[in-house]
Amino acid sequence: MLLIDCPWCGPRNEDEFHYGGQAHVAYPADPAALSDEEWGRYLFVRDNPKGPFAERWCHSSGCRRWFNAVRDTRTNEVLRVYR
Amino acid sequence: MNLRLPTTADVLRFTFDGVEYTGHAGDTLAAALLANGVRQVGTSVRLGRPRGIMSAGSEEPTGVVQIETPFADPLRPATMVELFDGLAATGLAGRGRLADVPDPARYDAVFAHCDVLVVGAGPAGTAAAAFAARAGVRVMLCDEHPRDPALVSGATVLGRTTVFGYYDDNYLVAVERRTDHLGFAAPADMARERIWRIRAKRVILATGAHERLIAFPGNDRPGVMLAGAARTYLHRFGVVAGRRAVVFTANRSGHQAAEDLAAAGVEIAAVADAREGRTVTGTEGAPALTAVLVDGRRVEADLLVVSGGWSPVLHLYSQAGGRLRYDEDLGAFLPDGCRQAVEPVGAAAGRYDHDACAADGVAVAARALTALGVPTGPVPPVPAGRLDPPGSYLWRAAIDAAPHEAFVDLQRDVTVADIRRATGAGLRSVEHVKRYTTAGTAHDQGKTSGLLASATVGDALGARIAELGVTTFRPPYTPVSFAALAGRDRGDRFDPVRITAIHDWHVARGAPFENVGQWKRPWYYPQPGEDLDAAVHRECVAARTGVAMMDASTLGKIDVRGPDAAEFLDRMYTNVMSSLGVGAVRYGVMCRLDGMVFDDGTVARLAEDRFLVTTTTGNAAAVLDWFEEWLQTEWPDLEVWCTSVTEQWSTVAVVGPQSRAVLGTICGSLADLPFMRWRDATVAGLAARVFRISFSGELAFEVNVPWWQGPALWEAVHAAGQPWGITPYGTQTMHVLRAEKGYPIIGQDTDGTVTPHDLGLAWAVSKKKTDFIGKRSFTRPDTARPDRKHLVGLLPEDPALRLPEGAHLVASQELPPPPVPLLGHVTSSYHSAALGRTFALALVRSGRNRLGDRLWVPLGDGPVVPVTVTAPVLYDPEGTRRDG
Repeated sequence: MLLIDCPWCGPRNEDEFHYGGQAHVAYPADPAALSDEEWGRYLFVRDNPKGPFAERWCHSSGCRRWFNAVRDTRTNEVLRVYR
Repeated sequence: MNLRLPTTADVLRFTFDGVEYTGHAGDTLAAALLANGVRQVGTSVRLGRPRGIMSAGSEEPTGVVQIETPFADPLRPATMVELFDGLAATGLAGRGRLADVPDPARYDAVFAHCDVLVVGAGPAGTAAAAFAARAGVRVMLCDEHPRDPALVSGATVLGRTTVFGYYDDNYLVAVERRTDHLGFAAPADMARERIWRIRAKRVILATGAHERLIAFPGNDRPGVMLAGAARTYLHRFGVVAGRRAVVFTANRSGHQAAEDLAAAGVEIAAVADAREGRTVTGTEGAPALTAVLVDGRRVEADLLVVSGGWSPVLHLYSQAGGRLRYDEDLGAFLPDGCRQAVEPVGAAAGRYDHDACAADGVAVAARALTALGVPTGPVPPVPAGRLDPPGSYLWRAAIDAAPHEAFVDLQRDVTVADIRRATGAGLRSVEHVKRYTTAGTAHDQGKTSGLLASATVGDALGARIAELGVTTFRPPYTPVSFAALAGRDRGDRFDPVRITAIHDWHVARGAPFENVGQWKRPWYYPQPGEDLDAAVHRECVAARTGVAMMDASTLGKIDVRGPDAAEFLDRMYTNVMSSLGVGAVRYGVMCRLDGMVFDDGTVARLAEDRFLVTTTTGNAAAVLDWFEEWLQTEWPDLEVWCTSVTEQWSTVAVVGPQSRAVLGTICGSLADLPFMRWRDATVAGLAARVFRISFSGELAFEVNVPWWQGPALWEAVHAAGQPWGITPYGTQTMHVLRAEKGYPIIGQDTDGTVTPHDLGLAWAVSKKKTDFIGKRSFTRPDTARPDRKHLVGLLPEDPALRLPEGAHLVASQELPPPPVPLLGHVTSSYHSAALGRTFALALVRSGRNRLGDRLWVPLGDGPVVPVTVTAPVLYDPEGTRRDG
């Protein structure tokens, strides 16, 4: 049970949050301009690093706001949270 | 010689295997059995060999019993069962029996926070807890054995509490056993067990060490006991485990046992210290020990005290992510650093001397306090606490004489021969050997045998233990019942139940309920003598020919407001919402980014900057989350606010050709309300918002009033409809009516692989908008291919045959050899009153190109039946009934 430091609410149990996958994968400015392969990569392909990983979390049972966290996938330590 | 030393403790009666015995207050069942000379407790799981009591704690591998009264409890180590008056237990043949009646006990949960959590109240743990508590920080001390709550002043002391799981960020879970030791005197209102979920800033693991058995032929016979356990029975319970003992050891522990037992009057027949070249090569006796072969000489004995060495208990440490390092001198794994704020202490850190453990407790507590920013004075140095010279441990003796009788894991009946068979089969990892032999997988999880198993694998492979390691430690440390983990969250409290304001009316009319998400929705309203089919037939006829009413309050409702609300909805829905005039309503479809349908519903424009969105009942929260995710993460520039108003509005659907007439008697201003419009009105004296929308194809109205006025509205509509025989209907009739019109239910007729085009909803997909969620995916090759599965209707050739939902469609009556090419499956299937026959909806490959075709449906083990593919709209395809 991670203790996640919500940037708005402070430290809360992991089960108050839900996970939103890799952070900083922006919706393309013009999807129509993308090739099928580029669009497919946006839809389906995400990084899977061993080590620090920037990911999105939502404090769904609290303030209901999204934020980013850097988590080390080897140790499960949350290294940093930011809005 | 009596096996029990003199005592004044209260006498308790108990039965074991149906025989009456007495014990004393403070006994465990194991202690009382030993005191009564009961040496065989059960038989082993695979080989049926007699087994007795080997340890004095939760690591017990053999003395496993079934508790019969007051409540059946399977597979409990007799060493952990506290004796009470009237206890009845039976020995087991390796497996317990679950109770066949419901458990009447209550279970509960506690959440706790502390600065320092100490696990284990031995010398090291008690010293650590006392030192930390004196510094004024919040200290919890848990121990699996009974402990005096006042053991450490200023600390929360929890006895009979096993910390069984260690998770991220110093989150530990413990189970406290509160009533089992009280037996029949347990208060009925006291929770039997409590789960403690503890967040600790620092953790000190004073979990001690487990003594190990030695692998030698006949090491499983009742009467073989670990040295430390023999001392525990003597000193804690006043019980000697035998009259004439042989000691087989490679360390000080065996000698201590010999000295203590001798002082208590036990005859010590031999002490075989492997370090002096002496050995035990076998045992005799059935069912229990009568003799030991020492250096090839037969020595009569009823007790064989064994110590192969000690293993620090690092299960929790390992669960926490702690690394382990094998120490050749000690013959054990020791802690080697952990990212979490935890430190093992005392025997758990390889110190086996009492004073060294206590000193270590103080030193580790001081380090924890320092980390917490609490000043401490100077701390005395900690001695190494090793009682023996390096190498004072032993894994095996004389195993080659009878490897199939030299046991490694006694609970699973795994012998040296079994492990050699595993390595002989090519297995090289201790994890693989574990799975092949099942060593370490029993209820004791190999506490006394895990390292012995690694050593035995090492013997077979010529590998060092340091290279092999041990198998992974996983929670729980000891078995935990599901009842305890569930706590109060069982039965009615398993999941929140949501009911509408009108629920009591449905209950009073005897409606069975259908679960839709957490909602309870009336399924149908049976009249006397009616079954589901008869009631639904009657309800459908009423809606199609007269008037009917339904509680539609569970429909998800989201208020979307702000200057950019129209733009936002244009991006979320496949169709255009910004062109909607105030007062108008539009059906809309929402997709995920991959172009698959996610939800559908209506959008009503309440004002220029305000919309009311409805969602499917089960998807309301997911749609609101989806909206919020896009607004917060991608489009924070849009000024839009979303609010769930599902439980702000009670909704009554009035459906059928007479619905306008019924509402006309309680509302004067609806006669000219056009289809797909809404209007504020006064209905039966209630301020209402009325929508003219239809999920049945009939003339229909949905009347919304504030939630708490739902019952008043419902009663008023019901009363007003009496002259027309207004008929309440439930979800089953709703499903039939919508299916007759080919309206899909998202989640029933779709499964996350279905596009709007597959559903025949291309008309609801805008071609004008430059973008919306899912648009780009519609031109991906897979979503654009012509042979996707389409939603179609099916008419079984036998008009009385109702196809099972989920049934597959195939091309021919004769099934080809497998794999049979499947063309699709039935998603909805009903009997239709309006059509006078059965029908179904199905997703069928290239379905819209097969209209009129004959396909086949295999009915499990039954016949393969023919069906005709049709358009999905089977009733009133021209839409003539919409306006009544």
